[in-house]
Amino acid sequence: MQRYQINLIIIVVIVALALLVILPLDSHSGIHFAGINKDIGTRLGLDLVGGIQALLEADLPADAAIEADAMSTATRIVENRVNGLGVNEAVVQQAADRRILVELPGETDPERALAVIKETGLLEFVDFSNLSDAEIEALLAAQAPIQTDFGQSTNTNTSATGTVTSTVDSRVFPTVMTGAALKNAQATVSEFGDYQVAFELTSEGADIFRDFTRAHIGDVLAIVLDKQIISAPEIQNEIPDGQGLISGSFDAEGANSLAVQLRYGSLPIPLTVVSTRSIGPTLGQDSLQKSLVAGLIGFTIVFLFMGIYYRMPGIVADISIIIYALIAFALFRFIPVTLTLAGVAGFLLSTGSALDANILIFERFKEELRAGRTLSQAFNLGWQRAWPSIRDSNIATIITCVILFWFGSAFGATIVKGFSLTLFIGVLISLFTARFVSRSLLEAALNIFKPKNYSKWFGL
Amino acid sequence: MQINIIGKRYLFFLISAIIIIPGLILLAYEASTEQLPLAIDFTGGSLTEVKLDSGDLPLPAEVVSFLENQGYEDVKVQTTGEGTLVIRTVALDETQQGSLIRSLQDEFAADLTILRIESVGATIGREVAIRAAEAVAVAAVIVVLFITFAFRGIPHAFRYGVCAILAMIHDVAVVLSVTAIGSWFFGWQIDALFLTALLTVIGFSVQDKIVVFDRIRENRNIYKRLPFETLVNHSVVQTLQRSINTQLMTVEFMLLSLALFGGVTLREFAVILLIGLLSGTYSSIFIASSTLVVWENREWTWWFNRKQKPAAA
Repeated sequence: MQRYQINLIIIVVIVALALLVILPLDSHSGIHFAGINKDIGTRLGLDLVGGIQALLEADLPADAAIEADAMSTATRIVENRVNGLGVNEAVVQQAADRRILVELPGETDPERALAVIKETGLLEFVDFSNLSDAEIEALLAAQAPIQTDFGQSTNTNTSATGTVTSTVDSRVFPTVMTGAALKNAQATVSEFGDYQVAFELTSEGADIFRDFTRAHIGDVLAIVLDKQIISAPEIQNEIPDGQGLISGSFDAEGANSLAVQLRYGSLPIPLTVVSTRSIGPTLGQDSLQKSLVAGLIGFTIVFLFMGIYYRMPGIVADISIIIYALIAFALFRFIPVTLTLAGVAGFLLSTGSALDANILIFERFKEELRAGRTLSQAFNLGWQRAWPSIRDSNIATIITCVILFWFGSAFGATIVKGFSLTLFIGVLISLFTARFVSRSLLEAALNIFKPKNYSKWFGL
Repeated sequence: MQINIIGKRYLFFLISAIIIIPGLILLAYEASTEQLPLAIDFTGGSLTEVKLDSGDLPLPAEVVSFLENQGYEDVKVQTTGEGTLVIRTVALDETQQGSLIRSLQDEFAADLTILRIESVGATIGREVAIRAAEAVAVAAVIVVLFITFAFRGIPHAFRYGVCAILAMIHDVAVVLSVTAIGSWFFGWQIDALFLTALLTVIGFSVQDKIVVFDRIRENRNIYKRLPFETLVNHSVVQTLQRSINTQLMTVEFMLLSLALFGGVTLREFAVILLIGLLSGTYSSIFIASSTLVVWENREWTWWFNRKQKPAAA
């Protein structure tokens, strides 16, 4: 078996793998089986499907230092709330050190969405007295949202999405009181040098707390924020005056963050919305459909041109470009890469450079043929001599991509990020298809057809 | 006899200048009078686009006076060819956005479809633009270093990097100039998509220059005796077919179809890309290599002293 034949087999395997990832094309159904199939699907950006994008920023003076911990806690809390909206494929990402990017594909009501994101979190003290120690351990380990008898309505959404957790606990726990009863909380150090959290209740809260603690000494009273258990301390004695202490195996940081969460009920950092974009589904679908049609027409013309001008190599290039597009699309689905208009632009540009690589090689090939070399000499020389220019020009593009991507992710500039990511992936694949796929295919074609009439086969 | 491209380099510089300078002057004028065609992505503000299902659009002036009476500041209203209403105001929060839509429904048409509502804080857009410029500058420096490294086998490798970046700046200038003219006549706006188009132009421009320079690199080692100018011209002519095929026949076809069939959101984007990439091809053939020759001959010493200019150039 010759080398090109082995290569052909490899190409067939790669194409088969790509098709496996691409088919079935269920991208528009929006149905995903959580945890089952790694969520392979075409992810379309907000500008193509419609939806809401919001950029939140820490509402502190620009020169104020922001703790990375606090910011990531805030991001996590926002994420919990967004999950409560029941939006598929919602994205919550920290961008730079003071911003959080929220994307809600398909969501159409900015008022509702932002109200949920901006609300102060719900802090509850929940009675776990009916649970055994083992059950409490299990709940803490699961890190799943629980249900309480306070404000249940927000929670039904969470379980309906199925994305948050597939094992929603059906038990409903009684809420003793909410964060509204809490006056203050701070981290302190005990006489033995242990970190603990001291809290103070309002007079109303103190009464409830006194009655409850008296009846439940030895039981666990969980502290729950937005339905997530953040701590599960045991009641050691009656707390009559509304002044309590939570002790345990805290380090300084742990005690501090619990105190912060108790104090603010939620966000360790105040957040403000600096920009919102809502794209209606009509506009998105319109853009998507029209750009698909345009892309198809464009590709058809390019394919015809390549075939007519370069003849046999042109047709080989066309096949190679189709394989390139299949691999790229499969990767976009597999990684997954969210395709926005900017991302599509990046992909088109990389398609341009994939074509360019082929054209460079064929021009060189024809040049060598004109210079009187034999077919196999021209074939080898064409590749050999075109390669440095393909390599160096693409490396320059890759350098640009990496820098733009780094910049895009650091500053929450989603356009730049989407553009550079698809361009980067596309350029890598185009290098592979030019060097491996086009070459093997053309070698195979030359071996099969053994062309004699160069002007007919190569348009020389 | 080969076509002499490099020999006519000053003609091509002149053509570029004719395209670039008026637009840049216009841009400077717009900047000085604070009329730069910046979209809310960069200035901050709010944009609401709705489509009235009835298709009966109210006059923009009517909408402006109605909204100003409602207390919205800085209202600008446009109707588009697609039968939509574009309303620009100062930045609105989500409750204000909601009430704006509701008042529109009460006053003009109950059945309207919200196409998009965007609201950007004033500082954020400017920051994105500045960071993008920084990133491009960093990328340019690293690309110069890379080209210097990749061309280390031939003399003055550093020049190739610098000339590639100069040609890239030329392409950015062409895009800016054309955009300025477009903003003047067609109301184009510099928005986030424009930024994407510009990034694409920059990426393609550099890639394209390296292909042409690669041929000079190769030929330099083959024809060691040839005068530099002849060598460069030879290389440019050799890559001419490829430049034209890659650019005009493939990339531009794709963009042309995007511009013609791609829908409103993409049209301006596609047109700007089309112009930018065309400029990229032009500068690969006529500008980048010419600049190398200018540098090799140190021609700036003649520029202000015509008598010494050799007749051959």
